[in-house]
Amino acid sequence: MTTYYTEDHEWITVEGEVATIGVTEHAAEQLGEVVFIELKEAGDTFGKGDEIGVIETVKAASEVYAPVDGEIVEANSSLSDAPTELNEHPEGSAWLYKIKINDSGQLNGLMDKEAYNSLIG
Amino acid sequence: MVVEDNSVKRTPLHALHLELGGKMVNFAGWELPIQYPAGLMTEHRHCREKCALFDVSHMGQVKLRGDGIAEKFEKLVPASLVSLGEGKARYTFFTNAQGGVLDDLIVSNASDHFFIVVNASMRNQDLQIMRDGLPEVQIEELNHHALIALQGPASEKVLASQTNHPCDLKFMETMVTEIGGHPCRVSRLGYTGEDGFEISMPVESAEALTRAFLSHDDCEPAGLGARDSLRLEAGLCLYGEDIDPTTSPVEAGLSWAIPKRRRENGGFPGAERILNEIENGAARKLVGVRPQGRAPARSGVEIQTQTGLVCGAVTSGGFGPTVEGPVAMGYVTSEMSEPDTKVNLMIRGKPHPAVITPLPFVKQNYKR
Repeated sequence: MTTYYTEDHEWITVEGEVATIGVTEHAAEQLGEVVFIELKEAGDTFGKGDEIGVIETVKAASEVYAPVDGEIVEANSSLSDAPTELNEHPEGSAWLYKIKINDSGQLNGLMDKEAYNSLIG
Repeated sequence: MVVEDNSVKRTPLHALHLELGGKMVNFAGWELPIQYPAGLMTEHRHCREKCALFDVSHMGQVKLRGDGIAEKFEKLVPASLVSLGEGKARYTFFTNAQGGVLDDLIVSNASDHFFIVVNASMRNQDLQIMRDGLPEVQIEELNHHALIALQGPASEKVLASQTNHPCDLKFMETMVTEIGGHPCRVSRLGYTGEDGFEISMPVESAEALTRAFLSHDDCEPAGLGARDSLRLEAGLCLYGEDIDPTTSPVEAGLSWAIPKRRRENGGFPGAERILNEIENGAARKLVGVRPQGRAPARSGVEIQTQTGLVCGAVTSGGFGPTVEGPVAMGYVTSEMSEPDTKVNLMIRGKPHPAVITPLPFVKQNYKR
């Protein structure tokens, strides 16, 4: 199990065929209180960099971008009733998607924890 | 109040905002807190339940002196100012020749002068309007004054805790007094829908007085974020979003601020269009829009009829912490403006059901 990070403040944890993605604690802190999360559905496919969701706070809407090419296996439906969970556990129970990765080679372009930590300083 | 610093201006409370952990943003050229560590939702609710303190020193404060100011000023705005008694304040707006709104403002009769408060982003334009439109009137910008707002049901108690001089004011009244030894102008008004006060004071007094207010258990600082969600729930127009040079006051639902005499006699910029719209109705109206789901509709979101025809657009919207759901305001064609009309909001290309709702979303709580 390995976790990678993106410059758009997403994390992706890979376990065999399936990966889990979400936003980082740093991102959740910067966003402020989340009031609504719009997610795509299982079966939707996407390319790296595509917008795959929107996180709304009282003030603003922020897009979530796909860290790699893939297909959605499961969207975290519990977030629609409890969006503030994303403020509480962004790197745990408030994951956004389980996905199937098309090209695991794309993971090499992402950051590890150390590199991400130095990015957010 | 202006302290220049690399073109981004700071208010006299800048250091205190940082000390309180304010998250600073650039707003209309001013560095101001969008929120404090408590967070926007908590600050919003505190204002509805107790008392929130806002730094509104970025707003333009202007003194006008001269003979016949009321008559002269009535040529610039559709309010009745000759009937504005001493110690009374009034909401009005500068209009242009096309009947659009150039800015909204508060005019107070301060006995020997008029005291004006205008939006920060429009202060230069407004000063020019007054210089051009008020011959032989002395226009003094109060560049050495701060402005802070106490808003919420406990504001009266918080204010009283710092002064022995009673502030015996009703909504839209103003007076000069002393608070904690500092000379202040106190006006009972604000822009949150709650009871409250705006207090103008010399820069030197700002930090000490703010600290004194914040020492009261019921008073907490609140930022621009809460200020916006509070005014949105209260159905109050934000200049630049809900009203601008293309929207008339009648379309914006501000006809209440144009009294009978001004409707009969006109004599203000754009009177032709404005009076015609009062008489015959406007083609579009600013309405409350309540999304039925959880997704907030932001400024620019298209409003459609249920059959998919475009009938308007959202001008400001977000999440209402007191409403506990998304709220928005926007313009729709007059036939779609009746309360309970069902519409669709096109959020990210998909229709989201919503209902036209009377404004305000949260009952205003003024001390009349």
